[in-house]
Amino acid sequence: MQVARRSETAIAAKSISLTFPTADGPVHALKDISLAINRGDFVSFIGPSGCGKTTFLRTIAALETPTGGTLSVNGMTPDAARKARAYGYVFQAPGLYPWRTIAGNISLPLEIMGFSRSDRAQRIARVLDLVDLTGFGGKYPWQLSGGMQQRASIARALAFDADILLMDEPFGALDEIVRDRLNEALLDLWKKTGKTIGFVTHSIPEAVYLSTKIVVMSPRPGRITRVIDSPLPRERPLEIRDTPEFIALAQQVREGLREGHSYD
Amino acid sequence: MNPTLRGVLPILTVLLAIVVIWYGAAVWMNAPWVRDQAARAETLLTTGDLIRQTLTLERPVLPAPHQVAAGLWEGIAGQKITSKRSLVWHGWVTLSATLAGFAIGTVAGILLAVGIVHNRAMDQSVMPWAVASQTVPILAIAPMVIVVFASAGITSLLPKAIIAAWLSFFPVLVGMVKGLRTPDAMQLDLMHSWNASRAQQFWRLRLPSSLPYLFASLKVAIAAALVGTIVGELPAGATAGLGARLLSGSYYGQTVQIWSALFAAAILAAVLVMLIGALERMTLRRMGLAR
Repeated sequence: MQVARRSETAIAAKSISLTFPTADGPVHALKDISLAINRGDFVSFIGPSGCGKTTFLRTIAALETPTGGTLSVNGMTPDAARKARAYGYVFQAPGLYPWRTIAGNISLPLEIMGFSRSDRAQRIARVLDLVDLTGFGGKYPWQLSGGMQQRASIARALAFDADILLMDEPFGALDEIVRDRLNEALLDLWKKTGKTIGFVTHSIPEAVYLSTKIVVMSPRPGRITRVIDSPLPRERPLEIRDTPEFIALAQQVREGLREGHSYD
Repeated sequence: MNPTLRGVLPILTVLLAIVVIWYGAAVWMNAPWVRDQAARAETLLTTGDLIRQTLTLERPVLPAPHQVAAGLWEGIAGQKITSKRSLVWHGWVTLSATLAGFAIGTVAGILLAVGIVHNRAMDQSVMPWAVASQTVPILAIAPMVIVVFASAGITSLLPKAIIAAWLSFFPVLVGMVKGLRTPDAMQLDLMHSWNASRAQQFWRLRLPSSLPYLFASLKVAIAAALVGTIVGELPAGATAGLGARLLSGSYYGQTVQIWSALFAAAILAAVLVMLIGALERMTLRRMGLAR
């Protein structure tokens, strides 16, 4: 089934632009963004701050509305896709409610969407297992480490079976050791679930390690400077980061970033 | 030094200082009267006599602490609690109106805050009126409320509760508007991404997030409700409540009675605020919001 869906386009953007009016004149947060993301892709957006990578992710989630161009998510408008629960969104901070247990937090979107009690319990158990937090459902967020909290927030985004997972620097606030472990776990999760993942980062190794497609962006105006399809196999042990292919790919991303960096 | 003693010592020091200053003031303020009396009776006063007499007058200008303590004890424990001279009875009259007014004020404050947060028109129109309501001197409003209600045949608890509510809704309103707006953009985005309705957003996110603010406001509100009730007991010749006790004390120059009623009110306020503080700690700890 996964193979059959591989060729389908999950997200299609055609010359998207987004302009904010400000007191100093309009700010071009996004300019002429065109991109097709296939189902099952793991796409990373990388670039310096202000390049619009987060803004683009937010337009996919219908949290921002483009001022020009067309954007379709699962063949619908982003807002229709949002209402059809097309995506789960993971922010940089876990954003768990301190007054709810981990299971209660994962249950929150399920309650809002009207899943039955027994269905909720089943789904919570399944996603807790998926992020390796089985047995922690009864704990409160403050009883968990930062990395575990972020895993719980990923579980929350997975609980209602959206086939797109949007992640905005989800591991940005964590230390490198935890980050490595979570990256490995995320690849494992992606393999098991076959989700389409949009992943914002400003770490080159992270982007190269995780992605099938790397989108390099640059600021003022926010635009895409390079789209790199990764030649790396889907099966990626951590050691892959020492192979020449990996290093060459990282080099390509770095060049792309330099290219987009103008001082004028 | 053991920790409890370290906590209590500063409080005791301040208390001791107040008591000392109070005794000094009592002697100083009551001395003219004692000297007058002595001059009229043509007796000679030693300093010892002077001090002893200033502290034992029946109607002193400023009663000494032990006189107030005795008056308070007499009012609380020395009477049947159904007696009109019992501070417990008067205290209950005041307390019941305070609690009723506090309840009305809290509900009104919360409802207005919910309206302000969810409705643009209310957001722009309610707050100036709420602020204006608090700038009107309560002493001017209170007699009118009492008189209006009395002309409709309603006396005792309700009019006083309305005045108490008038003062106590405001802190709740301000605190709740702030509290309901604490969830940050990320929390609201998450709710939006799940396509949550405004009601779901309110019950599951805004309301629980606002509770720390609510409790802080409730502490101010209940003290304000007590003040409102006492003010409501002053006009129209009220015969029951701590406010009436204050008033009749001042009519008849019973300074000890005034001070006893004052302290009874202060103790009542402290207990009420402490009760809300305890409720706050329990709730917030259970919710993982304790700071």
